[in-house]
Amino acid sequence: MGEFAGHKGNHLPLPRGYRGGMAAAVATTPDRTLGNAAGIGIAVGVYGISFGVLAVAAGLSPAQACVMSMLVFTGASQFAFVGVLAAGGGALAACGPAVMLALRNAAYGLSLSAILPRRLRTRAFAAQLVIDESTAMARAQDDPATARAAFFATGISVWLCWNAGTLAGALLGGGLGDPRALGLDAMFPAAFLALLAPQLRRPGAPVAAIAGATIALALIPFAPAGVPVIAALAGVIPGLLVANGVRG
Amino acid sequence: MSWTVLLGLGAVSYALKAVGPVLAGGRQLGPQARRALDLVAVPLLAALILVQTVGGPHRLVVDARVPALAVAAVLVWRRAPFLVVVLAAAATAALLRAVA
Repeated sequence: MGEFAGHKGNHLPLPRGYRGGMAAAVATTPDRTLGNAAGIGIAVGVYGISFGVLAVAAGLSPAQACVMSMLVFTGASQFAFVGVLAAGGGALAACGPAVMLALRNAAYGLSLSAILPRRLRTRAFAAQLVIDESTAMARAQDDPATARAAFFATGISVWLCWNAGTLAGALLGGGLGDPRALGLDAMFPAAFLALLAPQLRRPGAPVAAIAGATIALALIPFAPAGVPVIAALAGVIPGLLVANGVRG
Repeated sequence: MSWTVLLGLGAVSYALKAVGPVLAGGRQLGPQARRALDLVAVPLLAALILVQTVGGPHRLVVDARVPALAVAAVLVWRRAPFLVVVLAAAATAALLRAVA
């Protein structure tokens, strides 16, 4: 699961006419919201299957893989966690990159706050659905009511599919054969690329991406699993400098 | 794998998500903070692409993931659906490994 969204706001913190890549599929009219939510859910379900397979391969029990998907419910974090475990790291060490990647959900939650219903119980429920896909779908809409509908439809659809996929993958487990032979490992960079591409239109984003990639490339041979991704966060700084320069 | 760590990670994840909807009320971020947070995922995703494509145990590894990513890049550029992009990448890597 990945994120994309805009930065300029009118009533919503998102740009109009933002229609790149995955956004082309998610900029909806109200009647298409459910269809798009289902489509994104199915795509995420595929990740879920591979997450289940990789989680079990990394030493989690199927029950642990499923509980993780229900409670943690943020794909990149879960993959990062399992990745560190698979690379031989301890469970606590695996939490570092996972939490780092989950930080963006706090930003999403803040940006979504204005479009969510007022009731506290509903908001507490909605909070669990704050992820890349639901945020992106909400931000791609032009009015708050449609954004709210898109948020809930996408969040619930993705939650169901992600957990169904995790269960299926965890049960398939080793029976599926070598994840590498199936090319499952190659799905991750492809997915991250598909999620990154639409974001590159933002001011400063290309510089931030290049900086992040360079930092990661430099650290992969030396740093323990998880560290290159966290260190790449520093790429935000040159990105921000460029963005502010562009703005004058 | 420890259940305690797992449940702890679940609690932290939820807490992060709930900051906006439950705790912050209607408060919004300033434009500069929003700009920074909007950029946060960009270098992380770029780094994840590199780590997942050429990352290995304490070294860079060039294998079937690289051509798979190239196929994915072309498809992303051609605005192919998300599912097509990831499945094509998996198929490319699987095919190359089957041949090799």
